[in-house]
Amino acid sequence: MEFYLAILVGLIFAASTYMLLSRSVIRLVLGVALLGNAVNLLIFTVGRVTRHIPPIIPLDLQGELTGIANPLPQALILTAIVIGFAIFSFILVLAYRAYESLGTDNSDEMRVAEPKKTELTKLTY
Amino acid sequence: MLLAVLSGFILAMFAPSLKHFFGYRAGWLLAILPAAIFVYFLSQYDQVMANKAIFEYHPWIPSIGINLTFYLDGISLLFALLISGIGTFIMIYAGGYLKGHVHLGRFYAFMLMFMASMLGVVLSSNLMALFVFWELTSVTSFLLIGFDHLRKAARRAALQALIVTGFGGLAMLAGFVILSASTGTFEMVDLLQYGNAIKDMDLYFVVLILILLGAFTKSAQFPFHFWLPNAMEAPTPVSAYLHSATMVKAGIYLMMRMYPILGDTVEWSIILGAFGGFTLLAGVFIAIRQTDLKLMLAYTTMASLGLLTMLLGAGGEGAIEGAVLYLLAHSLFKGGLFMVAGTIYHEAGTLDITKLGGLWAKMPITFVAAMLAALSMGGILPLVGFVAKESLYHALISGDPLALILLVVAIIGNAFMFAIGFAVALKPMLGKIGDTPKAAQEGSIMLWLGPLTLGLCGLAAGFGITYLGQSIIHNAISSIGNANAGTNLHLWAGFNTPLMLSLLTMALGAIIYMLFDRMRNFADAVLNWIGWGPDKGFDQFMAGLLYLSQIVTNRLQTGQLRSYLRSTFILLALVIWLPMIAYDAFPTIDFGALTIPTFSEAGILTVAVIGLYAILVARSRLTSIVSLGVVGFAVAMLFMLFGAPDLSYTQFMVETLSVVILALVMTRLHLDKADQKTGLEAVVATVVAVAVGSGLTLLLLKVMETQLDMKLSDFFIKFSATLAHGHNIVNVILVDFRALDTLGEISVVMTTGVVILALINLRPKGQNKAKNKPENASENAPKNAPKTLEESGQ
Amino acid sequence: MNTVIFRTIAPALTALMVLFSLFVLLRGHNEPGGGFIGGLIAASAMALYGISSGVQAVRRALYFHPITMAGFGVLLAAASGIPSYINQVPFLSGIWWKLPLGNGQYFDLSTPMIFDIGVWFVVVGAITAIMLTLEEAD
Repeated sequence: MEFYLAILVGLIFAASTYMLLSRSVIRLVLGVALLGNAVNLLIFTVGRVTRHIPPIIPLDLQGELTGIANPLPQALILTAIVIGFAIFSFILVLAYRAYESLGTDNSDEMRVAEPKKTELTKLTY
Repeated sequence: MLLAVLSGFILAMFAPSLKHFFGYRAGWLLAILPAAIFVYFLSQYDQVMANKAIFEYHPWIPSIGINLTFYLDGISLLFALLISGIGTFIMIYAGGYLKGHVHLGRFYAFMLMFMASMLGVVLSSNLMALFVFWELTSVTSFLLIGFDHLRKAARRAALQALIVTGFGGLAMLAGFVILSASTGTFEMVDLLQYGNAIKDMDLYFVVLILILLGAFTKSAQFPFHFWLPNAMEAPTPVSAYLHSATMVKAGIYLMMRMYPILGDTVEWSIILGAFGGFTLLAGVFIAIRQTDLKLMLAYTTMASLGLLTMLLGAGGEGAIEGAVLYLLAHSLFKGGLFMVAGTIYHEAGTLDITKLGGLWAKMPITFVAAMLAALSMGGILPLVGFVAKESLYHALISGDPLALILLVVAIIGNAFMFAIGFAVALKPMLGKIGDTPKAAQEGSIMLWLGPLTLGLCGLAAGFGITYLGQSIIHNAISSIGNANAGTNLHLWAGFNTPLMLSLLTMALGAIIYMLFDRMRNFADAVLNWIGWGPDKGFDQFMAGLLYLSQIVTNRLQTGQLRSYLRSTFILLALVIWLPMIAYDAFPTIDFGALTIPTFSEAGILTVAVIGLYAILVARSRLTSIVSLGVVGFAVAMLFMLFGAPDLSYTQFMVETLSVVILALVMTRLHLDKADQKTGLEAVVATVVAVAVGSGLTLLLLKVMETQLDMKLSDFFIKFSATLAHGHNIVNVILVDFRALDTLGEISVVMTTGVVILALINLRPKGQNKAKNKPENASENAPKNAPKTLEESGQ
Repeated sequence: MNTVIFRTIAPALTALMVLFSLFVLLRGHNEPGGGFIGGLIAASAMALYGISSGVQAVRRALYFHPITMAGFGVLLAAASGIPSYINQVPFLSGIWWKLPLGNGQYFDLSTPMIFDIGVWFVVVGAITAIMLTLEEAD
């Protein structure tokens, strides 16, 4: 099953990369959201997958517990999902504010920090 | 010894406040420190004589062999005495020279820092410590040259000095690193024990060139000399102290230090002889062209440094002896002459030699000081300069052809210096009274004490040369090379060949002095004809550097987010693919052994792929929002299917909220109907995307072929219930085992909330609504801003 | 969507969802759930309420500014590390107390639980703050 998941991870990465290479800021934001999903799934897959048995210890457990899903990647991903959401909201709002202030959603035209025409400065001491 | 070196830095902190309380008289007070250091080093004299050297160790970064180790032997002692001794008088002189200057306190602080750094240079045994102090002298020199920072010329000179000496310092550092990598030690003390082993190294020539670059830039050897005359922009006490007596001698010191380690090879002799000799001739030739007293002195300083380098190149005991003597003599007379020039400027208001004249009656004490210095510079009996010149002539009459060439160069150079020395000392003093901006009168005691004392020291050193030769000079020479040298120095050695050569030098010098104006015109004409010098070259180099960096910057920083991202992803793809291709490390996939996904799994995978495709081709806001949600929900379902209910719930909730937030924002944004990529861009983006995606898939599959280390997971599974009383292991990891990480993560979430609030609420007035945008933006603006989710589907 | 029916049942639904989120939060240590999930459920409840009744209603219902709740959550989570300082164990080590309830039963109070409640507050506070701000941004 890991094989299919690995392919899905690659597909999400590819889609996300394609979105990130767009001019439109909003596509960029969508690309970032996809990227978060891809990375989460990647960590999940690397931790190996088992079907159906969650990492929860039965209350009446006797002896060793075997065959359950790997809890470590799950703990990593759980916080990553929430933080990813927070960051996603942040860049979304950032894109929105940039759109408001600059009047464009085209990242090529957002050139406040790096203006298009830069005169070569002369040497002075 | 640590205190002796570092006390300058400490006192520098208090110098401004001392100046605040005592005004310019603080000079007297601050001079106590160098004087005390002088006395301290003098008191070490007996021990140095007896034990040959004092070694002191203070750990700094012992793990990599970098320590504050101090090593006081003969040559260090001589330098330390010169630095602290001349420093004492410079401190006093500066008080008189810069009396009433607003930033005198700052000036004192810089001077003290410089003195401490310079002491560090000559006392450090550890090469890294030496480098640090070396760079500190460059930095303090920068601060002092640019002291009058409101003038452009001063700023340029300061920057130039810093760049040139800093470049040399870095080259030197590289040399040191290679040296220590080959020998395994940073300690000079250990290196001195190596003998000829270092000279036989493969990398000897590289080390030599790198270290000499440091020495040559610092000691203003051609073609790095140009910063020194420009450094005359600094106040005269700085020129006297840093740029004649001490700092420029740091390179000479380094060459003397390295002489036993690297010196006396064919390469050494040729490089030092050639560059030193050329520097000497170029220095005097340019010096004679000048009309400014300080510039004349600066170029003769350059010439003297060339002479010293040349002598070290010639090598042998006699030449070393000559070099050490000349170094002592030069520090005394050149420091004195600079201070005299400064006093003349202070009193008469000009440094132009053609305007000055007849000052001797008005400034008698200064006149005496000037004469003493000039006599020493000219090498006239009975001053120490005479002994130095005799000694170096003596050393160069050995008969081999290289020495003979150097002897001729030395004679010509000395003849010029004779003439220039007297021109500087006599022209302003004799003759008819010149037309100066200020009516000159004798300066205050602070101004004449320094030059007079240095002049008298030169006189005393001349008379006491036999004693000096047996004690401190002997010690200095023996720490460089030969143990027996310098023991039979005499002021008057009888009529011999060196004396004849001296007389020849003086005769030549006298002729040059007579023809001084004609010589100047000639030099002027020649140099004008050449027209280009390293000084101009420096400007061209800097302008070129600036131009190049701007071109490169404009090329690399296109200002387009897309191109930055593209570079990043191309690099990512290369990082994944190249090693895989190079090591043929593709994962092996056994298609036969693949488990067949269940119906539900296959269904979810298909839904995810369809969602992805929909995002890529989405033309409306709603489609893209929903498609993103579809992919997210598919991932959540996968989590659910593979035993991660916590993740699944969280992902569901997050996807829901994402859709809500996206809808809230997207309704106010304008999403282009079609992707704006041009055909070529789309192809490039597709190629990059496919490369990244497939690369990551292959990498992931390859990684999964290795055994997974379950140590951590097993620990959590084993102890979750027993130690932490929790049965949901994921939750226990989050809130108990790794609670500190979670604390950091929730802090991030909270901070994001604060930042978003700030972004939305702290808008400049008039920007609250998208409608109030400038004209040119209106075509992109949404026609209306729907308020609720319901209307966003249009 | 913004119909009478929706507006009528939304407050009740919100109350139910908040209650459910508390349930998920508290059972999290032994069953699927916990502060993150519970917090997200409560935040979606707030979003629902906001869409149906408007931002002002949510602000009134919450009483505190949501970002204050987030700050309080971080503080609470950090404060749950203080007992470990008193017990001289590493920061944020789990410490358990059994509080007698009088009828022979015990209530298990623990620092991980306090920590989890802190997480819940942060998630609810931060996400609600973001959403409310965006909704009234115009």
